[in-house]
Amino acid sequence: MFRYILKRLLIALITLWIIVTITFVLMVSVPGSPFNSEQTSNEAIQANLEAHYNLDKPYHIQYLLYLKSIATLDLGPSIKQPSQTVNDLLGRGFPISFELGMVTIIVAVISGILLGILSALRHNGIIDYLAMGFAVLGISIPNFILATFLIQQLAVNLKIFPVATWSSPMHMVLPVIALATGPMAIIARLTRSSMLEVLTQDYIKMARAKGLSPWKITIKHALRNALMPVVTIMGTLLAGILTGTFVIEQIFAIPGMGKYFVESVNQRDYPVIMGTTVFYSAFLIFMLLLVDIAYGILDPRIKLHKKEGGEG
Amino acid sequence: MKQAEEVTKLSPANVPDEWFTFIEVDKTEAETVSRPSLSYWKDAWRRLRMNKMAMMGLVFLVLLTFMAIFGPMMTPYDVNVQDRPNQYQPPSAEHWFGTDNMGRDVFTRTWYGARISLFVGFVAAIIDVFIGIIWGGISGYKGGRTDNIMMRIIEILYGIPSLLVTILLLVVFGPSLFTIILALAITGWVGMARIVRGQVLQIKNYEFVQASKSYGAKSGRIIRKHLLPNTMGPIIVQMTLSIPTAIFAEAFLSFIGLGVQAPYASWGVMANDSLGAILSGNWWTLFFPAFFISFTMFAFNVLGDGLQDALDPRLRK
Repeated sequence: MFRYILKRLLIALITLWIIVTITFVLMVSVPGSPFNSEQTSNEAIQANLEAHYNLDKPYHIQYLLYLKSIATLDLGPSIKQPSQTVNDLLGRGFPISFELGMVTIIVAVISGILLGILSALRHNGIIDYLAMGFAVLGISIPNFILATFLIQQLAVNLKIFPVATWSSPMHMVLPVIALATGPMAIIARLTRSSMLEVLTQDYIKMARAKGLSPWKITIKHALRNALMPVVTIMGTLLAGILTGTFVIEQIFAIPGMGKYFVESVNQRDYPVIMGTTVFYSAFLIFMLLLVDIAYGILDPRIKLHKKEGGEG
Repeated sequence: MKQAEEVTKLSPANVPDEWFTFIEVDKTEAETVSRPSLSYWKDAWRRLRMNKMAMMGLVFLVLLTFMAIFGPMMTPYDVNVQDRPNQYQPPSAEHWFGTDNMGRDVFTRTWYGARISLFVGFVAAIIDVFIGIIWGGISGYKGGRTDNIMMRIIEILYGIPSLLVTILLLVVFGPSLFTIILALAITGWVGMARIVRGQVLQIKNYEFVQASKSYGAKSGRIIRKHLLPNTMGPIIVQMTLSIPTAIFAEAFLSFIGLGVQAPYASWGVMANDSLGAILSGNWWTLFFPAFFISFTMFAFNVLGDGLQDALDPRLRK
């Protein structure tokens, strides 16, 4: 187990290093980059930039110093707002985005699993068809389309929920629905298909033969094994939710990290784009690492001495 | 009386030859199969046709492709010509889908959007397939150390959040159709490579491949004749499912302002342009692009699901 974690950690670090390097190379090669003084008019900003990126030094030194500043969690200044650093923006925006993301994941996982179990237990029944039809729709409708539709119907027309911003639980309902529907649909489909597969296994028949209640069989024997594939795609889902927050925060005017990120993209505030990309990547890679470790703990087939063979 | 005597005398030994006529039998005919043979693809097509949802998706996509090619020719309007006095016209005989905030014809723009979406989706998917087959094929077929290294590289790339890298590339190189496709392709092939590798690993140990090898078949022949045809099913399924991902990515990027620029009009751009319009009740400007993005993704998804069932020989009834 320890070796497995160590290996995952190593891969995660290499991935992060590659992202940091790509970011650096891309930003240096931007025509009219933040590193060229024409981009900025404000002298204070220019001074900040020069101090942070050591623009007077050659590229390889700049690169090493950049790696060092990232390692010490200093993500640099903004070129549009002189008194702001990327760390300031993250400090303000990230907790809100994190809250939105976490609520979304919890909603998506719980409702997705429930829907999946229900469909599997009523295989080819009316509930199954309805749930799976709903799931395909959920996968197909982009979150930003769903968000605008929800605003139009539930906020503007029916006035049940507030149109935008982030201040009370009522404000959370629409953004969370818009963000959670896609992942929920994916989880529901996955849970259903792996439940159907598990339910035909001999040990389920055995459990039934022993006279266990259907409830106990479903929860204790079937679900636990059926959830393994769901754990594997959690990383991908997290990435999707995270990028989803960009547009959702934009649409609902939620002052989270995603909103700052899209703004910085539109204003071509390169240092903020760079810093946020690195931060988001690090966050995601860390989450992937957690998912991998969770998988290693949950799946008895991954053992300490197991030689890497099958699906990589 | 005499005749009866003759008959009773008959035994198998003295039956005269002229009593028999020879039926000409074509020896080769014995080899032909009485019913038309059902090839893998024919069988898959037969099973796909029975899946109503998948067929609906297929029909929709064929119609959409048709309209993407010919739709813009059906209207007298240009995609980008603005006609301010006629802004926000509801759907009517002149403007079937109404006009948008600049007075542009939504019907015309919708089919231009279809061109962009289908083009991005297909090209990105084809590049994925191309790189994925080569990478996954080599990795799975060679095995051992090569496989190990190639899979480690995939594991590293897998952790890279693709949409973030795409955004970064678009910011640096400027939004254009080419950059979008390039950015999507750089990160998109990983899933395909994994699937191809998994399939190749499994198939290369089957008896028929071993038999072919023992007859002296070279690697090239084995890959072409046995491995690729047998991985085709999962590849096609993965492709149908990666097209909507690319279409979504394009719409998403357009929506945050990094999509295709004029003179192109994509569904994401149209949806973004009409965000303000929904508050004022001009629903059609948002409805048509939103409907077509969603329904195209829906069609690809149900088609992919149908293909998955149809192309899996194990599910054959």
